[in-house]
Amino acid sequence: MSQHAIEFENVRKSYGDTLALDGISFSVEPGTTTVLVGPSGCGKTTTMKLVNRLEDPTDGTVKFEGQDVQEVDKIDLRRSIGYVIQDIGLFDHMTVAENVATVPRLLDWDEERIDERVDELLELMDLPPAQYREDYPRELSGGQRQRVGVARALAADPDVMLMDEPFGALDPITRDNLQDEFLEIQEQINTTILFVTHDIDEALKMGDKIAIYDVGEVVQYDTPENILENPATEFVEDFIGQNRGLKKLQVLEVGHIMSTDGRIVGQSWADVRSTGSVPAEVATDESGTPAHVAADQSTETALSKLVESDGSKLPVVENGSVVGTVSVDQINDASSEPKEIVYE
Amino acid sequence: MSTLATLVADSADLTPVLQASGVQQYQTFLSRYAGELLVLVAEHIDIIAVSMLLAIPIGITLGVLITFNETAATVVLWLAGVAMTVPSIALFGLLIPVFGIGEPPVIVSLVVYSQLPLVRNTYVGLNGVDDAVTQAGRGLGMTQVERLRQIQVPMALPVIMTGLRNAVVIIIGVAAIGAFVGAGGLGDFIFQGIRERNVPMIVVTTVVLVLLTLAFDYLFAISEQLFRLRNGEQIDQARPTRALWKILS
Repeated sequence: MSQHAIEFENVRKSYGDTLALDGISFSVEPGTTTVLVGPSGCGKTTTMKLVNRLEDPTDGTVKFEGQDVQEVDKIDLRRSIGYVIQDIGLFDHMTVAENVATVPRLLDWDEERIDERVDELLELMDLPPAQYREDYPRELSGGQRQRVGVARALAADPDVMLMDEPFGALDPITRDNLQDEFLEIQEQINTTILFVTHDIDEALKMGDKIAIYDVGEVVQYDTPENILENPATEFVEDFIGQNRGLKKLQVLEVGHIMSTDGRIVGQSWADVRSTGSVPAEVATDESGTPAHVAADQSTETALSKLVESDGSKLPVVENGSVVGTVSVDQINDASSEPKEIVYE
Repeated sequence: MSTLATLVADSADLTPVLQASGVQQYQTFLSRYAGELLVLVAEHIDIIAVSMLLAIPIGITLGVLITFNETAATVVLWLAGVAMTVPSIALFGLLIPVFGIGEPPVIVSLVVYSQLPLVRNTYVGLNGVDDAVTQAGRGLGMTQVERLRQIQVPMALPVIMTGLRNAVVIIIGVAAIGAFVGAGGLGDFIFQGIRERNVPMIVVTTVVLVLLTLAFDYLFAISEQLFRLRNGEQIDQARPTRALWKILS
């Protein structure tokens, strides 16, 4: 049984007479991304700040890796937790490398180790060190600045990262790209992430678990799929908004709904294509070559490919071989029928 | 010690000096006094330098300290403002019983006069640092002292530099009056010129004083621009700034 990375136990926070958090309790599993989402002023950012003690609870306990944060030195705690904010807050008078090196310097790493770590992170963030190390933040675009912000937060290899609307100030295209990249990066670094946003679509996309906030309270804490299937209250339903069916398709992976029987299942995809043994019902792309999806792609992507072609079935390919097929009917069923989806 | 008015009256019998032709007077003055003028310039710069060396640490420390407490900030800034309204002659007079005559009372006065621009600009500069930046510093685990040293002070430097510049410009002028209590500097020639009705002496010394002030002002303006560039601001750069920035970066 793994230990919780972060636990909130009946946490209350008030500022004078105003109650910001009214008894929230939930826990975050290591290595997952938990998104706190809700309208502004609902207490999601306050919740996050309780973890690295930028705020202290009025009542209740916040635990970080099993230990009450009130018993840990604030400064040590913050240095062991990554922190990214919407406004980035890069130090404009320092180079990119110096910015990234902030926490390792505070922790007194030796220079050689810092240099290596900076290069490694810039590489990870797709900012080639040779080109960007010595640049000043003013020379970078908004997206690049936020990458530096993320690299700076990751510098001392924290077990937990707090991200407060990290992509909120970026244009939609940059935001979308950074979200995708960040999902990939997260698979490599395996850090526990607490992510705050007011955008339900971002929450559905980034979160393994989502905590939906109404004023000072968590009204539902569950996986994106279950929240879309069974909104706990009318507020949650309203907050998810329209097109719930389409949103379900965005979070549902093809692998979960594909059928695993069929003539081509089990064969190598290259063989299927080259031998010309592609069944007539298999979907093709614009140029007429047979289309396919990966098992971890969204059903939305699969539906899009099916709609664009005249075939009725789309092969699902994993590691070069066909592992199943998916059809419009299956997608249709998945998005409309309430069905508990169990994740491993 | 006689007042300025009696000094002027006492020297009324020196009128013949004024009767030689204009240009010739200036030539005579320069040939006789050029060396002494240079010495006085050096003295003047020396007084300013010593005063600023004392004033800068005091002013910046005060400016930093009052960022922690708003009431203290109001009180300190008000006091510094009041100190500035005290006429320099009166301040010298008040300090002579404690520090004697000569440079000490003048240097102490100059330190007092430079506090308002220094303290105020330090305070304003530190408070003007982008909130997101200090928030990020806090969140990354910097202590208050580390935030001040590594983020706030470096980012506030251009504004602090402006304060320094204002202070220097103010005290160069005030220092000239210091000659009245025996501190030396360019004021010596101005008082002597008044006493002896030596117009070229007054004019040339004043011009030198003004040039000195402008030179300091320009020097600080350039360094202020360099600090702004360092902080990533987009500004219109003076030519020397551009050249220096190229060399530095």
